[in-house]
Amino acid sequence: MSEPGSPVLPKRGGSKAVAAYFGNPLSVGGLLIVVVIVMLAALADYVTPFPDHVGPIGDFAAMNTGPGETYKLGTDTMGRDLFTRIIFGYRLSLIMAVVVLAIATPIGVIVGLVAGYKGGWTDYVLMRLTDVFLAVPPLVLAMAIMGFLEPTLMNGMLAITAMWWPWYARLIYNVTRAEAQEGYVLAAETVGASTAHILFREILPNCWPSILTKMTLDVGFVILMASSLSFLGLGVQPPTPDLGSMVADGAKYMPDAWWLSLWPAIAILLVVLGFNLVGDGLREAFEAEG
Amino acid sequence: MTEAVLAIRDLRLAFGSRRSQSAVLHGISLHVRAGEKVALVGESGSGKSVTARLAMGLLQESPKVHATGSIRFDGIEAIDGGPEIARRRGNRVAMIFQDPTSALNPTFRIRGQFRDVLRSGGRRISVADADARAEAALAEVSIPDLKRALDSYAFQLSGGMNQRVMIAMALANRPALLIADEPGTALDVTVQAQTLALMHDLTEKRGTAVLLISHNLGVVREFADRVYVIYRGRIVEHGTTAQLFRDPLHPYTRALLAAIPKISGGGLPDLPERSPDFESPMITHEGCGEPQGFSA
Amino acid sequence: MTTPILQLDQIGKVFSADGHRVTALDDVSLGFERGECHAIVGESGSGKTTIANLVLGLMLPTSGAILFNGVPLPGDRSHAQKRSIQLVQQNPLSALNPRRSVGASVRLPLDVHAIGVSADRRQRVEALLAEVGLDADMASRSPRGLSGGQRQRVAIARALACEPELIVLDEPTSALDVLVQARVLQLLHRLRLAHGLTYLFITHDLAVVRSIATRVSVFQKGRLVETGGVDAIFADPKSAYTRQLIGAVPVVTDEEAQLREAIRAGAPGTGTAAS
Repeated sequence: MSEPGSPVLPKRGGSKAVAAYFGNPLSVGGLLIVVVIVMLAALADYVTPFPDHVGPIGDFAAMNTGPGETYKLGTDTMGRDLFTRIIFGYRLSLIMAVVVLAIATPIGVIVGLVAGYKGGWTDYVLMRLTDVFLAVPPLVLAMAIMGFLEPTLMNGMLAITAMWWPWYARLIYNVTRAEAQEGYVLAAETVGASTAHILFREILPNCWPSILTKMTLDVGFVILMASSLSFLGLGVQPPTPDLGSMVADGAKYMPDAWWLSLWPAIAILLVVLGFNLVGDGLREAFEAEG
Repeated sequence: MTEAVLAIRDLRLAFGSRRSQSAVLHGISLHVRAGEKVALVGESGSGKSVTARLAMGLLQESPKVHATGSIRFDGIEAIDGGPEIARRRGNRVAMIFQDPTSALNPTFRIRGQFRDVLRSGGRRISVADADARAEAALAEVSIPDLKRALDSYAFQLSGGMNQRVMIAMALANRPALLIADEPGTALDVTVQAQTLALMHDLTEKRGTAVLLISHNLGVVREFADRVYVIYRGRIVEHGTTAQLFRDPLHPYTRALLAAIPKISGGGLPDLPERSPDFESPMITHEGCGEPQGFSA
Repeated sequence: MTTPILQLDQIGKVFSADGHRVTALDDVSLGFERGECHAIVGESGSGKTTIANLVLGLMLPTSGAILFNGVPLPGDRSHAQKRSIQLVQQNPLSALNPRRSVGASVRLPLDVHAIGVSADRRQRVEALLAEVGLDADMASRSPRGLSGGQRQRVAIARALACEPELIVLDEPTSALDVLVQARVLQLLHRLRLAHGLTYLFITHDLAVVRSIATRVSVFQKGRLVETGGVDAIFADPKSAYTRQLIGAVPVVTDEEAQLREAIRAGAPGTGTAAS
């Protein structure tokens, strides 16, 4: 038995959600893809055949060779193993996604909660600010920011974060507006609970399904966005392995050295697909929970 | 004795997939004779509303609905739903719902919805005739400004007005049977009383049979000739309104009647919310059996 | 004469939206005596919900004052003032947070108002649950698996946790089945006597009023139509509107039907001798 004061995850509802998730083969497939990629990225130093190919120098004897015995996916123009660089590229992409979402989500959630619950002028000011960010196409905004700043990894993440939080603000704003009408919020108010309690202990727990679903979907999109910036030369700089840069660099050698672009492109496709399937599965599972 | 317009025999219903089914109805039998007002009364979750929806053929299409038994209406068997009963909806059998405002389509004027109703079952009727009949039908339910009501959308009318419109539409094609599911429960008490009285008088005049679904024993006592009490998917008591309210025999019916607050006062008795007694066998009052060789 | 626990003094409330002004309450003066169950009865648009919102401090009156124990309630209420006026809502499904345990919901007022020492609050929660007829192990459960009646009991326990003087009961049983309603009404009655509580009971159901209230005030379109002791009003309602309301109640016994007929006819009721 848990402490009476502690929030609980409902047992019946929870198991219903789990059953709904694992009842869908697509969701299970997505989870498999995600788990495999995360494991490979985490253990990159041990699972890749040529970890030293992360740097600028590879095997000059085998520059630009296609898939074969030693280099299963082939090598790039510097003779570096593509498989190794893709796995390290995954690691970088995942770290970026986690950092971006770890900063953007709390900002957006707090803005959405406060604006949705407080209403009035607070709502007006916060949500118009959010709208301004949402009105600019994300890639354009990120490019504008990157135009002012040095194209470094740090600034790349900053740029993506700046354009990501408004989506969370908008989402949580809508959830909060709906939840604020519920009787339990009125009950907390009449009991005399503080605004902080109502926002973070009463309403926020009911936002978690939406937040988790969106975050999972967004891992894929952040990776795609980071890759797009790199593709345009605004993101991660060489020799750091990055999936977007790899596609861009390889594109110059198409169609002869097709492996240079194809494998990193498939890698991006896989990770985005995996997280999307998991996100969709989560959304359906939370809906089944009701 | 007149023939039954609706005869339900040993109706069983379960929801769910093949692996996990939950039984909702455990063999319901009831009948409604021509021109008769019959009530099916029970608490939430008793199965009263699904019985009505099955009789209308509204649930059977879902793969998660497993219904067995027999529902005879208007000479057809409706246990499996299908086009035969669908053709009779809004025509030979009509339904009135709890919340009239949301039961009407918000995007069409009353006039248009009336035309659709009058054309249901493939009837051909001119616009002028349809409008004339709509006006006549609304006049019968004492709606004051007929033209204005016809040109309104449902949300522009009060709940009471919408309930009247619903009644007028339901009865416009002179159905043999009207199924009223908690009519007027969403309305104020005075409005509810007026619409029930209106529905009573109009169906009486037309000789329309009514199956009233309700949780409110007071409404049932006022409206119905004969009553079935349903508890957790089983009929527990069946009698004429006079028999049942004067001399309730089943423990569940007695508990319900005792638990209802009364305007004559008398405090609240100490009763359990549930009891094994409530599951005791069905009691049928004298002269109220199910018809034998039925041919609805 | 003692000071009423709650006094509405010439309360007016006007809502304005899109240039329309709607008068929800028009010059309402009404006193609530300590320990009574005072029913506010009316149909939609009567202003009964507005009274609840004003008393709870969820909105402010356009004119007039609300006095609590003789002291006007300010727009921004103190912790103590909030604590002494509590609410039980109509819809038990939405009144409890689905993602917090039953125990957490009942414990909230104890934490907010620092009632008792922290270590004892768990026992206090269990005692409160016992008082409303629920098992102690209910504390760790989610409200999701609970019936409407059980949820409403939890909501009552939460209100009691504040140790209030006045509870606003906003149609507390209208969403419940008849047998459950009877039990919850009994519970409310017992708690009022045991704790010396005052109830402001908002309802549209006159039969419920008769079975639980001591006084009743009838509202129509924002105006107080009639107020008095329950037995007196059911014996001889003075206003035509009250007679109309009682006359519309669906009844289940012959005794009730006779009383209703007498009231419809405008004569004093004959069935009241039995009560």
